[in-house]
Amino acid sequence: MGGMSTKQRIGWVVITVVVLLWSLFPVVSILMTSFKTQAGLFSGKFLPPEWTWENYATILAPGGSAQDLFLPSLRNSIGISLISTVVAVVLATFCAYAIARLDFRGKKLILTTALAVSVFPVVSIVTPLFNLWRSIGLYDTWPGLIIPYLSLTLPISIWTLAAFFRQIPWELEQAAQVDGATPFQAFRKAVVPLAAPGVFTTAIIAFFIAWNDFVYGISLTSTSAARPVPAALSFFTGASQFEEPTGAISAAAIVVTVPIVIVVLIFQRRIVSGLTQGAVKG
Amino acid sequence: MTTPASAAEKATPTNGKRRRGSDRSRSEARLGWYLAGPAFVIMLLVTLYPILQALWDSLFSLRLTALDETEFIWFRNYQVVLGDPAFWQSLWVTVLITVITVAVELVLGFILAMVMHRAATQLRGIVRTAILVPYGIVTVVSAFAWFYAFDINSGGYINNWFSWLPGITEDLNWFAAQGTSMFVIIASEIWKTTPFISLLLLSGLAQVPGELEEAARVDGATGAQVLRRVILPNMKAAIMVAVLFRALEAFRIFDNVYIMTNGANNTEVLSLLAYNTSIGRLEIGLGSAISVLLFLCVLIIAFIAIKGFKVDLAGTRGDT
Repeated sequence: MGGMSTKQRIGWVVITVVVLLWSLFPVVSILMTSFKTQAGLFSGKFLPPEWTWENYATILAPGGSAQDLFLPSLRNSIGISLISTVVAVVLATFCAYAIARLDFRGKKLILTTALAVSVFPVVSIVTPLFNLWRSIGLYDTWPGLIIPYLSLTLPISIWTLAAFFRQIPWELEQAAQVDGATPFQAFRKAVVPLAAPGVFTTAIIAFFIAWNDFVYGISLTSTSAARPVPAALSFFTGASQFEEPTGAISAAAIVVTVPIVIVVLIFQRRIVSGLTQGAVKG
Repeated sequence: MTTPASAAEKATPTNGKRRRGSDRSRSEARLGWYLAGPAFVIMLLVTLYPILQALWDSLFSLRLTALDETEFIWFRNYQVVLGDPAFWQSLWVTVLITVITVAVELVLGFILAMVMHRAATQLRGIVRTAILVPYGIVTVVSAFAWFYAFDINSGGYINNWFSWLPGITEDLNWFAAQGTSMFVIIASEIWKTTPFISLLLLSGLAQVPGELEEAARVDGATGAQVLRRVILPNMKAAIMVAVLFRALEAFRIFDNVYIMTNGANNTEVLSLLAYNTSIGRLEIGLGSAISVLLFLCVLIIAFIAIKGFKVDLAGTRGDT
């Protein structure tokens, strides 16, 4: 791009600024809302007329009116998303290894199934589960969400990992086998270290998907015993009946968004390659 | 979680030793299924079982509020649903949202992909990071962000900013009518999911042979001609996959609608109708019928795309 004229350069900078504004605007918007006072909420202005931490105190500080709603849901979200990510990535690692490496019938069936599951309408799954979970006691529990979350995290993990595993130099594994290692030892000692970055990226993507869930969260829980953050946000109410929960919801939204943005900033290159490799073989 | 590991270890002793050809391939196949089986079975359990159960439940007059009146009623739930204008209304809204979001996202996503493809390295990094932000954000959070920016009852400032546009006044209530509600719902959906489509298109762009583009330019083709004659035809597969994936995803839209309008003013989508029927009103039989119909719609879209437009998902998403 050395031969770019000044005009072209300005053009690219303008385009970049437009993309930045478009991508970040809603986030900045809700960030500003989270710093508004109750009176400031109704100013109809983008920037808070008066800045306050009050909304963060409402959801985080002891005695805050939305604290019992928010903190347990944050714990639920982190725990449930982490467990379903770990389970999915472990299972998908074995599955994708077999697909990328071994010769057996049914590979295409497994990949097609994963594809079909990933486009399955979640609402069609939730009605029967709602009924079943209530009768077997899984309603409003962590396992009651972890199990259906696997329908979200497993397919994408299998696809992404299979794509990653196809690019690993497998001669190393053969070398290990020649040296007398069993296939499983070769897998563990020679392949796992090489595959780790792909597994890690897959875990991030799977975690995002679990963290984003709303339909299961709102349908299969009823108390803060298992209700994850997105579902909890829709249950916020104001400190009194005359107060809107807008500020508290905005503050909670920022608390769950900031870690994601940081992860995106740190691992953006990997996430992009994971997303595109899993989707279109490049 | 221990299942796959122990299964693999159990398989190891028989697979580790050197064998004759056919034995070896048989043991390899066995190891393959030991490793891949658990994931496969779980995928089936968490989707196939529920949809079969929904199919079964949809044949009963099953209501959690009156369990002892449950009766087998054949297809009467489907009759009720298909005879209800609310179903057709929500189907229409869902189709409308799907078509508009996918069309707009395809154009926006393509522009973004071109920007990332052509931009200098530093700018590309910035753009790529920026567009990953909407991807990573929880849909519910994005729904609230858009809702608060527009809703006058939550101090929305959009009216103040754009009051110079015809039709926008200071007291315009976006969520009081169907058209304006749909506009905000669709805008937030587009914002959230364009990054994904643009990344798919970007990897499609990378597969367009550079020499072809170069040769067309040398022959004096304009930018538009290169785009239409060289770039787009070579990206057809990537575009079709992106469109199908997004269409199937957009068809299940739920989160933003629930948060912004909860279906008010004729903005109820199919997923929300199913949710409100089965989990809201506990009419499991009717709700299951809607769930099954929603599933059928998704099947039909996928079938038309795969058979009609020859989208080879498995082929494009990785060979087997």
